[in-house]
Amino acid sequence: MSVLSRSMTGPEASAERSVVDQLHDWVVTVDHKRLGVMYVVTGLIFLVVAGLEASVMRLQLAWPGLHIVPPETFNRLFTMHGTTMVFLVGIPIVFGFGNYLVPLMIGARDLAFPRLNAFGFWILLFGGLLLHFSVIGGDGLYGAGSAPSVGWFAYAPLTGRAFTPGNATDYWNLAIFVTGIGTIATSINLLTTILAMRGPGMIFGRLPIFVWVMLTVSAMTLVILPPLSAAQIMLMLDRYLGAHFFDTQAGGSAIMWQHFFWFFGHPEVYVLMLPGFGFVSEIIPVFSRKVIFGYTTIVLATVSIGAVALSTWAHHMFTVGMGGPLNSLFALSTMLISVPTGIKIFNWLGTMYGGKLLFRTPMLFCCAFLFQFLCAGLTGIMLSVAPFDWQLSDSYFVVAHFHFVLFGALVFTIFAAIYYWFPKVTGRMLSERLGRWNFWFLVIGFNVTFITMHVQGLLGMPRRVYTYMPDRGWEIWNLITTLGVPFQIVGVLLFVVNVIVSLRRGEPAGPDPWDAWTLEWATTSPPPSYNFEVVPVTTSRRPLWDLKHPDDPDGPHE
Amino acid sequence: MNAASMVPVPATAVPHAWRGRIGILGLIAAEISLFGVFVVAYLFYIGKSLNGPYPKDVLDVPVLATICLLSSSISVALGARALRRADVGRSGLWLLVTVLLGGFFLGATAREWHRLIYSAGLTIGTNLFGTTYYPLVGLHASHVIVGLVMLSLCCVLAWTKSLRPPHAERVEMVSWYWHFVDAVWVVVFTVVYVIGR
Repeated sequence: MSVLSRSMTGPEASAERSVVDQLHDWVVTVDHKRLGVMYVVTGLIFLVVAGLEASVMRLQLAWPGLHIVPPETFNRLFTMHGTTMVFLVGIPIVFGFGNYLVPLMIGARDLAFPRLNAFGFWILLFGGLLLHFSVIGGDGLYGAGSAPSVGWFAYAPLTGRAFTPGNATDYWNLAIFVTGIGTIATSINLLTTILAMRGPGMIFGRLPIFVWVMLTVSAMTLVILPPLSAAQIMLMLDRYLGAHFFDTQAGGSAIMWQHFFWFFGHPEVYVLMLPGFGFVSEIIPVFSRKVIFGYTTIVLATVSIGAVALSTWAHHMFTVGMGGPLNSLFALSTMLISVPTGIKIFNWLGTMYGGKLLFRTPMLFCCAFLFQFLCAGLTGIMLSVAPFDWQLSDSYFVVAHFHFVLFGALVFTIFAAIYYWFPKVTGRMLSERLGRWNFWFLVIGFNVTFITMHVQGLLGMPRRVYTYMPDRGWEIWNLITTLGVPFQIVGVLLFVVNVIVSLRRGEPAGPDPWDAWTLEWATTSPPPSYNFEVVPVTTSRRPLWDLKHPDDPDGPHE
Repeated sequence: MNAASMVPVPATAVPHAWRGRIGILGLIAAEISLFGVFVVAYLFYIGKSLNGPYPKDVLDVPVLATICLLSSSISVALGARALRRADVGRSGLWLLVTVLLGGFFLGATAREWHRLIYSAGLTIGTNLFGTTYYPLVGLHASHVIVGLVMLSLCCVLAWTKSLRPPHAERVEMVSWYWHFVDAVWVVVFTVVYVIGR
């Protein structure tokens, strides 16, 4: 084990440097690991912001007829919550993990284009700050408005100059356009890295699942994000130069915006969720002490989800009147995509079946993910049936469904990933005791909030309403939904405390605290800036297993 | 630890030769997607303008400009090849020819826009034809401008003898981008001047 235990002190090790110098190092860095950390920290900070926005909304909806915030503010809150969560929490965190882990997992020293990587991060951060600057800087030419209030999908013609004067909508438009540039840059970078920078022996059949996922996601992003940017250019032209793309009075089509937006918007859900699947596919085998069950199927399922995801977008538009053939087509493609997704659930269950399960915190989050993602998938199939969707579109049932996906599945896998890779990034373990408290508070709070939300939806409560009348039978369900929020807040607070405490006093992790098998665990924690002193040769899907057990390598069993 | 399974890699790892190519192909894929949306919007709005001027009344087919732009693909390829063969002077010359051909195309577009705006009275806000025409052709023209900036830079570097054979790979990547700009013009030309007229 000489390589594993050999001390590798990088330039970061010099602790005596001044704070300003260290800060300067972080600002000018092109190191994929530092940029990855900055991505994830940025995402977590925005997660807190967007979570607080959601909490205020839940307070407003806790009981009929409340006036905690004015109605205009409520519209801004749900717009900023949705926009922030998708573009400034989901994207930075999954691409941040991609940044940090992909080069380490494939035995590379950095991404293919380190400076482009730094550009991608800083332009995304700039976009995020621009969006939130709208809260104070939104008063513009017309003296109306502050934060955008058009919903995260900014449907036309609401975004037209006539309906949203002022600059609030332009802040949404430009900020998201700018973050899109960063995301495309990072996707090109990851794609190139995975295709061209793999270490010796790291053939495609041996790539870790997470790397396969990031390859799929990067390729998808290149196809789906530019249409959003194009639609946003059109919107800018409409608003500033008087073009008529989405202007129905001059013959333009408002539905066209919906098509362009959801051509981006639906695959985007998979861009966010597939990396979550990637985390789970790395974590469950390690804590089951088994190889992943059905490596080839899970890779094929990932790639086919990426392909089919491009043809499901209009299931968001069943209620706009596309007609029978289109409705059927998109209903079928949506049902089709649940097949590879279902296959993955069996992969994970098959991995756990007969394994020696270790319920450490990352594994706890993965187990909760399995249950919650199953619910999310089942309501997804329900909503793919067009007539069912006609009944429940724009109701709280839909809100509950996609929060089960993006919170119950994605955020839970992100927590699993943070608990799993924190030792690698910082060299210290997160506290297992606080981790369990964090997990239980979050899982109880989440389910109290979002299971009941299905009921409100089935009872007909529309989404995006400011308040509601007391005689609809929604009161008690809304109250329970809101009562789940404090549990989630405590859960997140415990996580923050855990990070702060563990950074100072956490148990030293060593290079490989989980006895794992992928290459990031073959180097020190934290890794030196050059990642590997000698790049290990990959001989199977579990290269580190082979290095640790030269007498019993994996290769012959694959 | 099985020592034989560890291969020492020098501290300054040499980037894989395909790095630049995959990177530029990724960019081109994203650009195709970007153009695709504008093309779809153009096709969708053909014949839906509520008032004139209509394409068949005001659009002239830019034959000469198209020939210039398409032939510049040949000259940029010759420029990249000359640099690979270490002939910097010839490379610079071919790149200059490319810049001139691309510059002529851009000038022709500018003349056409000037005529459309001031003689035909077509602006982006006039009708759906104007709304879709200017952004689509303009998006292409902006890509021509980016290409011309990169090619001019290569010309200047060739002139000052800073461009050397080791840079052949990078000039090659610029040429790939330029080929893409040409290929997009074929699509834009077909959509705007053939189908849409």
